[in-house]
Amino acid sequence: MITIRDLTKRFGRVCALSEVSFDVEAGEAVALWGGNGAGKTTLLRCLLGALRHGGSVEVDGLDARRQGKAVRARIGYVPQELAFHDDMRVGAALAFFARLRVESLGRAAEILARAGLAGHERKRVRDLSGGMKQRLALAVATLGDPPVVVMDEPTSNLDAAGRAQVVESLRELRRSGKTVLFSSHRPEEVRALADRVLVLDGGRLVRTATPDELWPSGDGGPRSTLHIPDSDRERALEVLAAAGIEVLDGVRDELAPGADQLARSGVCEAVRGDAQGAIQ
Amino acid sequence: MIELAIHRPGLEAPRAMTPALASSFTCVLAFARRELREALTSRWFVLYGLAFAALSVSVSYVSLASAGSEGLAGFGRTAAGLLNLIMLVVPLMALTAGAGSLAGERERGTLIYLVAQPVSRWEVLLGKFLGLAAAFVACLCGGFGLSALVLASRGAVGIDSFVMLVAATSLLALVMLALGFVISVFSRKSSVATGVALFTWLFLVLLSDLGLMAGSVLFKLRVQELFALSVLNPLQAFKLGVVQGLESSLDVLGPVGVYASQTWGERLPWLLFGVLCAWGMLAFAVAAFGFSRSSTA
Repeated sequence: MITIRDLTKRFGRVCALSEVSFDVEAGEAVALWGGNGAGKTTLLRCLLGALRHGGSVEVDGLDARRQGKAVRARIGYVPQELAFHDDMRVGAALAFFARLRVESLGRAAEILARAGLAGHERKRVRDLSGGMKQRLALAVATLGDPPVVVMDEPTSNLDAAGRAQVVESLRELRRSGKTVLFSSHRPEEVRALADRVLVLDGGRLVRTATPDELWPSGDGGPRSTLHIPDSDRERALEVLAAAGIEVLDGVRDELAPGADQLARSGVCEAVRGDAQGAIQ
Repeated sequence: MIELAIHRPGLEAPRAMTPALASSFTCVLAFARRELREALTSRWFVLYGLAFAALSVSVSYVSLASAGSEGLAGFGRTAAGLLNLIMLVVPLMALTAGAGSLAGERERGTLIYLVAQPVSRWEVLLGKFLGLAAAFVACLCGGFGLSALVLASRGAVGIDSFVMLVAATSLLALVMLALGFVISVFSRKSSVATGVALFTWLFLVLLSDLGLMAGSVLFKLRVQELFALSVLNPLQAFKLGVVQGLESSLDVLGPVGVYASQTWGERLPWLLFGVLCAWGMLAFAVAAFGFSRSSTA
């Protein structure tokens, strides 16, 4: 579905991407992993035809430079932070992007409802929470039913509850057979969503691996630490056990699953209203 | 894979259009509508519009009062006053609004999101231009409309001249808007774009006049050279065209006006119209080319 060959991008003297090559099969979910400046965002922007670049980028057999509009019709894009016009109302924003993606307004309303945003049409975008904004971005990305969804750190600005909601939406996207290419800083997110991880470093593709190869289970895998008062400890453990979340032997406050699973378990609500902020 | 473009219920393309053309038309229209809505709800734009309306009404009222007589002679004086106002205010409004359009989106991070949609860059640019142009024409019509009411109350409206003035001003606004877009395409920050727009305005309104005066003395320019250099400035072309339309003669502008009238005769309005159109089209083409080559989204 996505074929990238010798992708190179320079900003002046800085080489942001250097001869990166890889393929993504239809229906596959691939994560881009790397520190700040590794080239993840640049790669995604080249894919969208937003940056001039060397090498070739093809989506569904179409060249991203020469057939940019057709390529972008096949890609739904979710940015790191929703860059909507804050003054627009949710309904108007969705209608605007529905026109650009040649989607009927009725279908757009269905997508909005599926994103859990029905009833928020009259709200201004700036009044939405971070999680709701990202779900709106996901809704926009699925307008026109593109086969590929590209996401640039879609949960990086969200709290645990927001991340859990968005990750669940992304799982649904995967189940619907979309090809997903996303960048992330969160191992638990990558483990939950990706079939394969491309490790970028200094603009070079240095490794391709599965999430299990990168983070062997029980050995440096994603862990979350939950700080709770002693008085709530037993109650928290009960809730976590009921949610099927494993607590590591001997380390009673260090938990194996990702923060999104923790948030979904309801432990935060069970022990203390503001405990979500303690999840790390 | 099947093309994703347009074949969806609710957005059927007119039969005469090809799918690609219908898709482009839909995109341009969507951008134009959004830009028009944003402009009309923008504090700066509303402020500019109110200032223009207040100034044009004031100029009309004061010109008529000082004319001491009613009728078309009064309108001639009023139009001269309006012309000076237009040459100052309209380029300032249009240049700064155009300069802020893309640069502002780029700075807010919304431009990358827009160009990540299935749209061509020229569709983004044209849609934004048309939306802002519609907002400007509406704003100018509002200001001129109020002036027309003042003039009509004194029986001093020359309909043909007034319509010509409104049309020429709208054309000037579009040219300045296109120049503003050129500035916007090549500016990363809206503050830089606004600064360059202000300098451009200063150059067109003031410095080019002073430069011509200095040049004519220093280089002993001939009248035809002075005329050619004047016409290169879209503001001067606009002024010559409006004065010609109001007075039927450019004698009031001195030797250059006399030369223009005698040399170009009835072709002069077409020359000036052509100069303004050429400026507008060239500026838009440069903006479109720059935007299509830009990596700064």
